[in-house]
Amino acid sequence: MPPDHINDSRYPFVETLKQHRLTLAPVSIETLQVNVGKLCNQACHHCHVDASPYRTEIMERKTIDRCLEILRDHPAIKNLDLTGGAPELNPHFDDFVIEAKKLGKHVMVRHNLTVTFDGNPRTKESKQYLPEFFARHGVEVISSLPYYQEYFTDKQRGQGVFNKSIESLKLLNAQGYGKEGALVLDLVYNPVGAFLPAAQESLEADFKRELSKKFGVVFNRLYTITNMPIHRFRQQLERLGGYEEYMTKLVNAFNPSAAVGVMCRSMISVGYDGALYDCDFNQMLEMQIGNSKPLTVFDFDCDVLIKRRIRFASHCFGCTAGAGSSCGGEIIHEGESHAHTN
Amino acid sequence: MNYYESKDLGRFADVGQFAGNLMKKFFDYYHEATGTDGALTKREKALIGLAVAHSRQCPYCIDAFTTQCLETGSNPEQMTEAVHVAAALEAGMTLIHAVQMHNCLKRQGG
Repeated sequence: MPPDHINDSRYPFVETLKQHRLTLAPVSIETLQVNVGKLCNQACHHCHVDASPYRTEIMERKTIDRCLEILRDHPAIKNLDLTGGAPELNPHFDDFVIEAKKLGKHVMVRHNLTVTFDGNPRTKESKQYLPEFFARHGVEVISSLPYYQEYFTDKQRGQGVFNKSIESLKLLNAQGYGKEGALVLDLVYNPVGAFLPAAQESLEADFKRELSKKFGVVFNRLYTITNMPIHRFRQQLERLGGYEEYMTKLVNAFNPSAAVGVMCRSMISVGYDGALYDCDFNQMLEMQIGNSKPLTVFDFDCDVLIKRRIRFASHCFGCTAGAGSSCGGEIIHEGESHAHTN
Repeated sequence: MNYYESKDLGRFADVGQFAGNLMKKFFDYYHEATGTDGALTKREKALIGLAVAHSRQCPYCIDAFTTQCLETGSNPEQMTEAVHVAAALEAGMTLIHAVQMHNCLKRQGG
């Protein structure tokens, strides 16, 4: 069981599922989401990874090779979702992308935009080749941009991040990203504070209109994501005295239809050390898959994993509030009554 | 002592302890009027609510509609402009009474 500070009895997620007669079992493993390290050129206020330039956890080559073996041996796993930190700061990142593409996988990168200009904060290695690299290998780029204006963006991600992000988006557009072709550029919105995201569709329209009008920037889709009450964001809530209020908001907004579509039912998350988790949030809370023996990529067995019991705790209310939240944005779109399972 | 505690907003439903049927009707009406998309979007309604909250200087409503504005996608510039609309109307309502002053002045031979 997760420790008490994670599974807060005031906000009992498992009991809430029972009240709604919901059993959330795995349905597939379509996506392998791999956190290749916690090193990042930024240190954002809301970051659930606590990533920063000072983190040293980086996935080793042998673990990446094992992930590639898993992808090769399991055709049903269609997507490789690379995250971090800034995943591009792993020294084996490029090889990982190239080899996964050779296996015919759809590769997504959670790209923070600024790393292109900042480079590696430890080695000072330049990363300005990234837009061209992404385009050459047909990588789907998914980038955080908390708002279409400077104020909210810099407040959350640091001074100067907005302008740098816009320049980086222009480089991606110049490579053909975000247009009619095959190169997909998605943006991710998350609230700057203790409130739920606005409806994805209307916010996407705002982002498209404003970014196009003011900067000539285009993109494909906007994903809205709820801030998860763990790590830095939780600390911020507690510092401001708003943790209980935020949790109550999430609990009151529990949506059974969104719960059915939570991302942990169709993915496996891999930590930098190869440990397996139900999602990236459980990873950061060290809620590893496996009861008696915590599992790693070196024990990867699809038959076992598809039958596993997903580990839930209080933070899971973050994925089931309102329209729901996942790495692919809201789970239920406006006007829909049923959840997406992906 | 602070007469307005923001956490008391969460106790609004307690007012229904007495005459509960009236509070239920109120909440249904309130939700329909402010919390749904209609001829106006929820975002537009939230901005109107924020402006009225300031005009009537209700701390509970300011808390509630600041959050509502953020959760419907408004930004601080839009929210501040909404408050300026309320403030401008308040100023206008004061200034328009100067016509009454002028009328009086004329009656006084001024």
